Formats: sequence, structure tokens, C-alpha cells
Amino acid sequence: MSSRIFGSGIRRREDPRLITGTATYTDDLSLPGMLYAAMLRSPHAHARITKIDVSAARSAPGIVAVYTGADVKDALKPVPCAWLLPNANLKIAPYPAMAIDTVRYVGDIVAVVVAETRYQAYDALDLVQVDYSPLPAVTNPVMASGSSAPQIHPDVPKNEAFHWTVGGGDVDAAFKNADVVVKETIVQQRLIPNAMEPRATLATWSAAPGELTVWNTTQNPHILRFLCSVVTGVPEDKLRVVAPEVGGGFGSKIAAYPADFLTVFCSMRLNKPVKWAETRSENYQATTHGRDHTQQVELAAKQDGTILGLRATIHAGMGAYLSTAAPGIPTILHGLMLSAVYNLPAVKEDVYGVYTNTTPVEAYRGAGRPEATFMLERMIDKLAVAVKMDPADVRFKNMIPRFENGHTVITGLTYDSGDYPAGLKKVLDHVNYADLRRQQADARKQGRHLGIGLASYVEICGLGPSQVAGAIGFQGGLWESAIVRVHPTGKVQVFIGASPHGQGEETTFAQLVASEIGVDVNDVKVVHGDTDVTPMGWGTYGSRTTAVGGAALVLAARKVRDKAKVVAAHLLEAAVEDMEYADGKFFVKGSPDRSKTIQDIALMANVAWNMPKGVEAGLEASMFYDPPNFAYPYGSHVAVVEVDAETGHVELKRYVALDDCGPQINPVIVEGQVHGGVVQGIGQALWEEAVYDSTGQLVTGSMLDYALPRADRLCDIEVISSVTPSPHHPLGLKGIGEAGTIASTAAIYSAVMDALSPFGVETMRMPFTPERVWNAINHR
Amino acid sequence: MTTVPVSIAINGRRYDRQVEPRLLLVHFIRDLGGLTGTKVGCDTSQCGSCTVLLDGVAVRSCTCFAVQADGSSVTTIEGLAPAGSLHPLQESFWNKHGLQCGYCTPGMIMAAHELLRTNPKPNDTDIRHGLEGNMCRCTGYQNIVRAVRDAAERIAR
Repeated sequence: MSSRIFGSGIRRREDPRLITGTATYTDDLSLPGMLYAAMLRSPHAHARITKIDVSAARSAPGIVAVYTGADVKDALKPVPCAWLLPNANLKIAPYPAMAIDTVRYVGDIVAVVVAETRYQAYDALDLVQVDYSPLPAVTNPVMASGSSAPQIHPDVPKNEAFHWTVGGGDVDAAFKNADVVVKETIVQQRLIPNAMEPRATLATWSAAPGELTVWNTTQNPHILRFLCSVVTGVPEDKLRVVAPEVGGGFGSKIAAYPADFLTVFCSMRLNKPVKWAETRSENYQATTHGRDHTQQVELAAKQDGTILGLRATIHAGMGAYLSTAAPGIPTILHGLMLSAVYNLPAVKEDVYGVYTNTTPVEAYRGAGRPEATFMLERMIDKLAVAVKMDPADVRFKNMIPRFENGHTVITGLTYDSGDYPAGLKKVLDHVNYADLRRQQADARKQGRHLGIGLASYVEICGLGPSQVAGAIGFQGGLWESAIVRVHPTGKVQVFIGASPHGQGEETTFAQLVASEIGVDVNDVKVVHGDTDVTPMGWGTYGSRTTAVGGAALVLAARKVRDKAKVVAAHLLEAAVEDMEYADGKFFVKGSPDRSKTIQDIALMANVAWNMPKGVEAGLEASMFYDPPNFAYPYGSHVAVVEVDAETGHVELKRYVALDDCGPQINPVIVEGQVHGGVVQGIGQALWEEAVYDSTGQLVTGSMLDYALPRADRLCDIEVISSVTPSPHHPLGLKGIGEAGTIASTAAIYSAVMDALSPFGVETMRMPFTPERVWNAINHR
Repeated sequence: MTTVPVSIAINGRRYDRQVEPRLLLVHFIRDLGGLTGTKVGCDTSQCGSCTVLLDGVAVRSCTCFAVQADGSSVTTIEGLAPAGSLHPLQESFWNKHGLQCGYCTPGMIMAAHELLRTNPKPNDTDIRHGLEGNMCRCTGYQNIVRAVRDAAERIAR
């Protein structure tokens, strides 16, 4: 079994606790004497606080304490931004955990109430009297960068948080020599991540030893410990962060948040456990959003469809403050990916990160790469129309040919491996593209509007080499670590620094270990999410857990295997060079009956009665793995839609995803990641948008107003794959968490525009609501 | 605030408690019953994560006061199958990879239970319509549909 466990679609071991309701998420936890915190949030997008009166709230039933910014400001340092983008004139405005004199978005915290029950805490919020003097607000990043816009932070003129550029080649010459230039202003609308579990924190301070434990809905407990130590002053060795069961993140659980630190503050002041759990409406207001780019893009090409250059200006709304990793998203993770899967000879992009009176923006599934992929795919579709070529042919014409060990693009990145034309060909063959086009032509004759959309992508994931992290201003490393511990009975515990929250690595990582050291997969337990127990790791985001953490784990397991071989040779009185290993057994070359199982060796190594000279007792190894490069999964997707011209309704007819994430540990889990990722991207194309009105009120303030994908609006996603190993990962693994989202928004956009081409529709803003589509068809 | 006595059976065990009239059933179940399998995912009755069976019929426990359930019998995810065993829906969600983060799963399974109660042989379209009131952000619903179809087939056998 062990030799076949890699690549097997076994059932997830996470599931029994999840399907029986016995899993423990943060808000499921209770401690003796626990109090409940509730945050009073600003109803104004931009205002001065002229007076706060908490006396009525303090005397309400069950209220233990009420704190305001004045109480907190000396106890908590500002919420840190941890991606200090170099050479970009980065201006980090102070981000207080609680507003002191000014609020800058609807959702900024102005007071915290602590009560004996949740209901009492929320009752008392209504009794806190805050007088505001409203100021003009701005929510659109282009408008916010104008000279007449209200300035949100005193030291940030034009609200410009940063100005970052990427360039390569002679872009002016490219445009001078072009036969064709296509242009578009693309709005990557603001999105709300909507992890199904809202955020929550439970903090408990023990004054006597001076120790703090924080349970939090985080994707990266070790980063939170680091930042929490900085903000609260509690030393890291006395600060334990636990990510219990975490119900999805999609980037929104990367950041360290004001409410987390305030919950800690309350616990430390009151010397009691304090729990805070956000409501969904609060989640919409104050948990980070994603995207929010306005992109002015132009592409230069020859008449035969050859791309010559790309020029773009991006205004990226950052929200009122810079969230933990925010500056790196529209820059490093976006601008460096502009070559996409194509030979791009010249590029110039200016990215303006702009403060607006809105919820802070962070990574959201794909984080920068969907915005890059979309730009290229959209411009290529426009180019195909301009030069009267099939969009597939334009893609083939410009694609980077197959490479196995490194290809450097104009932005300076070196992609690891890929065969982009083969991927596109495979998915086109799968759908019988020529036949699809014929069906489309026939449908048009009958007055039906089918659209066929294509999107090819490559993404940067497996973040990443720590030296590069330092060079690009990320205030941490990006390595991962793992410990593999074999107990005397041959059962294995694995401790990882990464922190899965739905992706299934408790299962896939057990598969990795089982296949490396030949134990049964059910004899491997994967432990994660507790900083007191697990070794340091930088978290689960950026499709990095398998690509980086998986590599650490495989190499740790191989160290265990190497040590086991030394012990086996000693026990069998053979030379180490004469030992062979297969399927959990170590045997003397040529005499397979002289063998020891990994379980035999585990027992002997743990009792250590007879160890080889100079070899330590125990059977355990740890590995810190710093990847030499990023990983670059890729693929091509095809979407087929039908637009009802009478109503503007877009119906999904078919969706095929071809993804290449290298070898697959568990293809069932890979498929699940693709399904979910694709649907999130479809959501952006068709339904989702966070809308603010001109005063900065979040109009889409609840699930009633923000349209999430629902079961009845979707079609099945057909998932196919190819396998191109990464040359630098010990098993060739890449990543698959974000791939679907990166491709699918562009594919659906492409399909809808294709369907609308008989109506002369040239551009449309997402999401494609029936009203918008109908207006476009009717040129309103 | 005044309190009133209520008596609610959850998964076969009776809970007699004094509650505020405004106490939501979901908080009765979670905070007073100590059964945290039922989740709260929103505050506008949109997500379906809190779905439980009230006298055998699926309801959103965030949209029902505990006093409305007085004298009733509630089944939550913890009580769907006898201890130590799994309901066919639970098995099918496991077998068909019908969950990822698991947060929507208890409500999704209870909603699927309601679907199969009213339509024991649903096709995929029926399943998609039957579950359109339950949000999942991880799976794209596809494997949930597979799981419910699989459970329906196994229950029919």
C-alpha cells in the first residue's frame, strides 16, 4: 500500500469530526469565567470623534468594562504592516487598534464593551454615546488620488500609499512599431472573501506567570504570535497562538486585526478569558476585502497577432489602512506576473496604492495574480478581434514554448517549468473547440447567443525563497519547517509550521510521509496550528503549503529514512552501503530475508539499547526548507455560456478546467480545490461586488445584498490535468489552491463578451448582472 | 430582563432552562445545550449554517426563538445518527469529498436531510435547487451534489 499511497484519492481524515459536529472552531470554545467582547464600530466613513460618553454603557446589566481609544493607545502599539515594499515611496499611516480622534472607514472601532454574556455586550453597544463631526469621504481609488480628494491621513498627500513600477524592454519602441494597439479600462471590482466561519478570538491572560494564550481564526498562527508580541509587548516565549479548526480563509485570515489585539487587551486588563466573535455584518465591514483595481491597459501588437508590448497604470484601493500583507498584493504578486504565459518583449506598469475610506484590502484567493491574468487575457481577446484571428490562435502564437528547467521573463521572474501550448491544446481537444465554434454559429442562426471563453494562466505560488522575501520587503521569511517523530510502536507524528484550514493537508501530508518511510498512512498523524507545539512556519496562503511545507516534510521524512537505514545496517551487522530500502523495509542487498521494518527500527532506536556508535537515540528528524524558487502552476480553462438577450441573464453551460500543478498527492482533493476556486472566480465575473455609496456606506452590507455563488446557479466543472513537475521541489509539487480562481474570472468574462459580439459590445464592467448585460446589449 | 421557562429536547435529551424571550434557538443549542456542531454563519438568515430539524422539519435556528421551540424536539448534526455510527448523508459527504473547511457542513447535511425527506429521489437539478439556501465557499457545491445523490441512492437501496 505504501508505495501507492502517493497519488491515491483516499478519503480525508479531517472529515469524521467535521460531519459529526464535533470539530472545535474558535467560537465553539469556552473557558471558566469567560467574558464576551463586542466592538462598537464607526457608522461614518470619515469623521472626527468629538466626544465619547461610556457612562450609561458601563452601568448596564452584566457590563464588566468599556474601553475607548484613550484607554488603549498607550497599551497597544499600532497594528503593523508587514510588507514594506522597497523603492515605492511607501507611506504607512498609523493604524491604531482603536480610533483615537478620527475614524476612517465604516467599521473603524471606537469602543469595546466587555460583558458577562454576548447579549449583554451587544445591548450595551447601543448605550455608548459617540459624537462625530463628519468629514468628506472618498471610496474610489482613482478619485482618491486626485488633487481635490479629501486627504485621509495627515502625512499622505493625494492619499498615495505607494507608487511602484515594473518595467523591461523598450516599451515606447514597441508602441511606435505596433500595427495594432488595443486599450481598455478594466475594473477589478472589490470583493468580500466570505469564509463561511466569521472571525473570532479567545484570549486568556494569566497574570501570575505573565502568559497569554490566543485562539484565533488565523491562517498563520506563528505570524500572529510574532505580531501580537510586537503589539502587546508579551514576549514570544510566553505567548501561545492556537488556530483550532478554521473555517476557510481565502486570504481574509492572514492579517492581524485590531479586534484581535483589543480582545487580548481586554483579557490582560481584566485578567479573565475574553472572547470576541464577529457577526457576518461586522465581517463585511471590517474583515479585509480583496481586489479593487482600476486598470488602464494598452497592448501593442503586429497585424499577425504577435505581441510587442504592454503598458498599464493601476490604481489599487488599499482601504483606510495598510493591512498586514497588503502592499505586496497589487505589486509583487501582480506586476511581476504580467508576462503571463506569453513572450512579452516589453512592459511598463505603474501601480498607485491609494488610501480610501473603505475597509482595508488584503490578499483574496489568487491575490494579484487574477488581476494580472485577467489583464493579459482580456487584451488578447481584444487583439484577436482587432486582427481578426481566433482567440486560441493568438494565444498559441504568443505562448512561451515548453521548458523544463527555468524560463526568465521580462519582469525578471524565472518560471520553473511548463508546457503552456500543450495545456491549451489539451483542453481545446477535450471540448472539441472547432465543433464548439460550429455549434455557436448554428445557435446564432437560431437567435441564441452562445459564448466561448478561453483563459490561459501561469501563477506564482509556493512563496518563496526567503532571500527574495527580504529583497521585496516582506518582513518575514517564507520557508517552512516540519518534524517527523516515529514513536516506539512505529506510529508517526508529524508537526508542521503551516496551518491548513480546509485544504486537507492532514490527509495529504500523511500520504507524503507514508510514501517516504513506508508506514501505513493511518499510522501518521499530522499536527498543526499551535505555536506551543509546532515548529515555526509562515502560514497557509499563496498556495504554498504543499509546495514549501510539503517539501520540508518530505525532506524530514527522508532524514528519518536515512537514519533508519544506519540503525538497520547496525542491527543486521551489514555495511550501510549494502543496505537497500523498499516499502518500509530495510534489507541487505541480495538477501531480502535479512531485513528490518521501519517499526522494528523505531522500537530499537527509541529504546536505544544497541545503537550504532555516534548515532543519537530516537527516530526523529526536523527540516527547515527554504525553496530555491517559487512554483509556477499553469493551465487553460474553457467556459461556455448562453446569454438571454431578452433578460440579460447569463447561463453557465459548460466549464472545463485544465490545470497542471505537477504530481498530485491526492487527485480528489486537487479536484475539490479546482471546483471551489473556479466557482469563486465565476462569482467575481457574474455576481459579486462590494459596493460603497458616495458617503462611504457599504451598501452590500450583508449576505442579503452581496450575491454569493449558490448551488442552483452553477454547472458542473469538468476537471482535467497534466503533470509537469517543478524541477526544484523534491517531488516536483507545485500548488493548486488558487489556480481555479485565477483563470475562471477571465474565462467567464471572455465567454460573455464572445456571446455579445453580435451586438457590438466592446467592454462591460463586472459583475455581469442581467441589468448590466441587458443595458450593454441595448446600448444604454 | 424577564425570563421564561422552556423545555426543549435536543437529540433526545430534555433541557429545561429559564431563558430570555429573545434568546435564539441556535444560542440555546450552542450555549445552553453545549452542542456546538450547529454553526452561525450570518445574521440575516441567508447562509443556512444553523439549519437543524425542529420536530423533524428543517429550520434555521438563528431565525427561531428558543421560546418558539418550547415543548419541541430538536435534532442537530450531533444527533443525526446514533452515537458511533454515521447517517448515510454523513457517510456520503465523507466518501464524495463533499466538504473542505467543514463550517457549512452541519447545516448543509441538515438541509440535505430535509430535501431527501420531501424528495427521496432527487436529480442533480433538484439537489441544486434544494440546497440553494445553504452557502458553501469552499467546494463550489459540485461534490455536495454528488454526496447528496449518493446518499439518496444508498438510502433507497
